[in-house]
Amino acid sequence: MTTKPDLAPLPRQRPSLTLWFSFGVLGAFVFIAVFSPWLVPFDPTEFVTDLPFQAGNGASILGSDYLGRDLFSRLIAGTSLTLLMGLGATLLAHLVGDTLGMLVALRGGWLDVVLCRIVDVALSLPKIIVGLVVVAALGSSITTLVVVTGLIYSASVFRVARALGRDLVGQDFMRVARMRGEGPVWLLFGEMLPHVVRPLAADFAIRMSFAILFMSSLSFLGLGVQPPLADWGALVRENLQGLGGGSLAPIYPALAIALVSIALNLFVDVLGERNDAAELSK
Amino acid sequence: MIGYLIKRLLLAVLVLWLVSLLVFVGTEILPGDVAQLALGQFATPESVATLRTELGLDQPAALRYLDWLFGILQGDWGQSITTKTPVADMLSQRIGNTVLLAGTTTLIATPLAICIGLLLSLGTGGWLDRLGSITILGLSATPEFLIATLAVLLFAVKLYWFPAVAYLSPGASWQDTARALFLPVATLVIVVTAQIARMTRAIISNLLGQPFAEMAMLKGVPRYKIVSQHALIMAVGPLANVVALNVAYLVSGVVVVETVFAYPGLARLMVDAVQARDMPVVQACAMVFGAVYVILILLADTLADLFDPFLTTSRKATGQ
Repeated sequence: MTTKPDLAPLPRQRPSLTLWFSFGVLGAFVFIAVFSPWLVPFDPTEFVTDLPFQAGNGASILGSDYLGRDLFSRLIAGTSLTLLMGLGATLLAHLVGDTLGMLVALRGGWLDVVLCRIVDVALSLPKIIVGLVVVAALGSSITTLVVVTGLIYSASVFRVARALGRDLVGQDFMRVARMRGEGPVWLLFGEMLPHVVRPLAADFAIRMSFAILFMSSLSFLGLGVQPPLADWGALVRENLQGLGGGSLAPIYPALAIALVSIALNLFVDVLGERNDAAELSK
Repeated sequence: MIGYLIKRLLLAVLVLWLVSLLVFVGTEILPGDVAQLALGQFATPESVATLRTELGLDQPAALRYLDWLFGILQGDWGQSITTKTPVADMLSQRIGNTVLLAGTTTLIATPLAICIGLLLSLGTGGWLDRLGSITILGLSATPEFLIATLAVLLFAVKLYWFPAVAYLSPGASWQDTARALFLPVATLVIVVTAQIARMTRAIISNLLGQPFAEMAMLKGVPRYKIVSQHALIMAVGPLANVVALNVAYLVSGVVVVETVFAYPGLARLMVDAVQARDMPVVQACAMVFGAVYVILILLADTLADLFDPFLTTSRKATGQ
């Protein structure tokens, strides 16, 4: 017997096509987000033409938007905003949800009961309605949007983390650690965390796709990112009027959101850590 | 059994009360002064004070909450700040349209999705099976507004088959209504079907790994029979749960789809009210959506419990 609990040997697999696709898409978008200031052919807020919804040509690849700005540049500038907002909200959700979830799994007691009830009520409201009510109350700024989205999703993360934690608490290595007299900090981060990194990482990816879809929806409704800034959801909204004239302008940003979301989902699928319970509480 | 149902019902009432508390706290206490917000920053202090008295904002918050709650219970949802009409009238005009949209979608999507999910779990991992799962996964991860905009571009702008704006006129014939409803319903059906089908497949393949399914396999029962006879009965509970949750998920889909198609439903009323910061309307819409969601989820939990072969026997035994 080794001192560490043995992990089951993973079946050796060649990386599948779907994994390559998802890494490719995510990598490309991260690259675009990081280097966006050098990638934009035009200033995203400057007018390049007087005519809205021009078709693409040599200089301006995707044509102009509803005010005559370069759509391609705006799309690229929106990439970092969309991804950073998604990342920020998901980080917050996991920071709050994981810490509290694992803590109550370890401790139990009245805090467990109280937090579980609060989460039950929070999850018994449709997320988009909670988002709408908060935006109606506080107005929309990027900070509000990210914090609210993070807190809304921390309830679902809390449930996942608590369930994972409870599976561990009764196991032998935890009893041993407790008998050794380890403190709660070591129990949480030294003993429990290594066992839940993989499912939590999968949850992080899936949660990030939810967060991006959620914030894009709010922006699409005109209640998220406000002009002149625009994330992808806001770009769809701005250019929606062009649809009647057959312009593809609203399709590109919507496609970008779909690509990121699909890539994150495929990644989790390949990881084989899809948690149906978490999925249901979307 | 009856005791169990009564317990469920009381729980629903409790959650609904908490929802009302949350909605009220969220909309009344967070924004500071509703009157100031409604009139804008250039309003004179006198007009703000007048509106405050008119709205009863000079009363303490607890009193206003009780007033609001009892008003709702008696069917008085207050008055809109922007249009000055009773909120109950605005709601009743819109609720029917949203129920029509969501109801039609559910009726089409649920059987379709369960069939697709069952078909997918019949396969044993061939390329068709993989292609099907990846398509379903991709569709369920796609935002509603991509599907909606693509549908408008193809069927309304290029082909002229259906109108791009789903305007429901009161005296329209049913053919016109059906034509107007087609694109919004199709969009929602695609999204919801993908979700339910994927979860159906997950539930069935989970069941197929259990001893009773293995036993049947070892006896040589064909796979389609295991899926359709052995696993499906076990899956009724979880499936009821999934369907109800997806109907609840329709809420967010409906918000986006009603905006794309300018559909005169409840969700669009709420989005417009949020933009205008018309708090009584926001509160009312949030309460309606919250209540529908809570009721559906409780219904799903109850159904799942009733169909769970292990839970029901133990519950019958203990008389809960």
